[in-house]
Amino acid sequence: MAERKIRVLVAKPGLDGHDRGAKVVARALRDAGMEVIYTGLRQTPEMIVEAALQEDVDVIGLSILSGAHMALVPRILELMKAHDLNDVKVVLGGIIPDEDVPVLKQMGVSGIFGPGSDTQEIIEHIRKVVSLE
Amino acid sequence: MSDVATLPPIVTAIRESRRALARLLTRIENHAAASELAALYPFGGKAHLIGVTGAPGTGKSSLVNWMAKAYRAEGKTVSILAVDPTSPFSGGAVLGDRIRMRDLHGDSGVFIRSMATRGNLGGIARTTKDMIRALDAAGFDIVLIETVGAGQSEVEIASAAQTVIVVEAPGLGDDVQAIKAGILEIADILVVNKADNPGVESTLRALRAALDLGHRVERVMHHGKLMDVPAVPVIGEDSAWQTPILQTIATNGTGVSELLTKIAEHRAYLQESGVQRLRERASISAEIEERLRDLLLARLIERVGAAHVQATIERVLRREIDPNSAAQALLADSG
Repeated sequence: MAERKIRVLVAKPGLDGHDRGAKVVARALRDAGMEVIYTGLRQTPEMIVEAALQEDVDVIGLSILSGAHMALVPRILELMKAHDLNDVKVVLGGIIPDEDVPVLKQMGVSGIFGPGSDTQEIIEHIRKVVSLE
Repeated sequence: MSDVATLPPIVTAIRESRRALARLLTRIENHAAASELAALYPFGGKAHLIGVTGAPGTGKSSLVNWMAKAYRAEGKTVSILAVDPTSPFSGGAVLGDRIRMRDLHGDSGVFIRSMATRGNLGGIARTTKDMIRALDAAGFDIVLIETVGAGQSEVEIASAAQTVIVVEAPGLGDDVQAIKAGILEIADILVVNKADNPGVESTLRALRAALDLGHRVERVMHHGKLMDVPAVPVIGEDSAWQTPILQTIATNGTGVSELLTKIAEHRAYLQESGVQRLRERASISAEIEERLRDLLLARLIERVGAAHVQATIERVLRREIDPNSAAQALLADSG
């Protein structure tokens, strides 16, 4: 029987067009044996949450470099709650100022990885927070 | 089926809740939904199952996106199962088909699910058929199945779908590619996508020639060659359906309405000619055979013990016995 795989949605909400980081992370997660659903650029919070629901992912990975994270992330978390996706973890990457980190974690973001983060760190974090029963 | 009260809970759940459907699909993928699959099976059989296959980069996802939009315009509900390959090294996968399907967002009549092949080599995953059964029972009018980028031997879609569309694009190969055995033979409809690209005329010519050649050599039926496809031994299928070659441009939707018309014609042909029944019978008997083989193997290993199997493998490696005698001995030990 096939073992259970960790499924991760990697999405880029907002309007910046820099998807290199998201692609590097997607590739790293693939190499760690995870199934990555890559949705591409300019996703709205509604698109991200609907895709996460249909794909039944364990983790939503967001990459935001536009500075709009304090608007986008709360909206996504709110929609997740509305769709009862309470067990789905949210991991955030991109340009996130230090002062925003505790606020975002308080809101429910499980991990935040800025520039220079080691992909191994991200993989370990995801493996730790996703409990595969 | 008309009486809602008689529906099993799982069928009601997946018809009412997209979340319930999504979670069931996960359990199916993880081989943990046998009883639910048993409960929902009687409530399927209504959707039109359409397979879309072809080489990587021919535009399958974009075409599926346009097909889904066109079906929605007809008022039909659509689910999409998009299959991408699992890495043979890490077991992971990047599933990127949704990128081309962003137009479908926000429409509650569309449900898209990505899945990885998880080691299966036939162009779809081992659980794809069961996933299709769940989407069918969930009440979608159309189930579109997009295979991995397929080439010459990824033909399992022929036993999972009713109508198979093979997507080609200009510049991918010469006329010898076109007459090699493989996915061209499973095509119910051939689509030359990117029809605005240079070289489209020679691609069309090569495909037409390949199909004509097929008719002449086979004399009676081009589908007759399906007998080579392990899962679909089609017997007695007649030649009334001539595989059409259509042209599309999936970046702007050109040719998609003609494609939908042909798909509807093919469905009518399948039903009126009785070919659908024949194909279903062949496909189901092959599937039961395969499942039986798995079950019997598991039971045999349980009876003789995994250690004994390992020991026998070692003996073969030491060239004490040959593989065939080893299998015979294990079978004898199990009885």
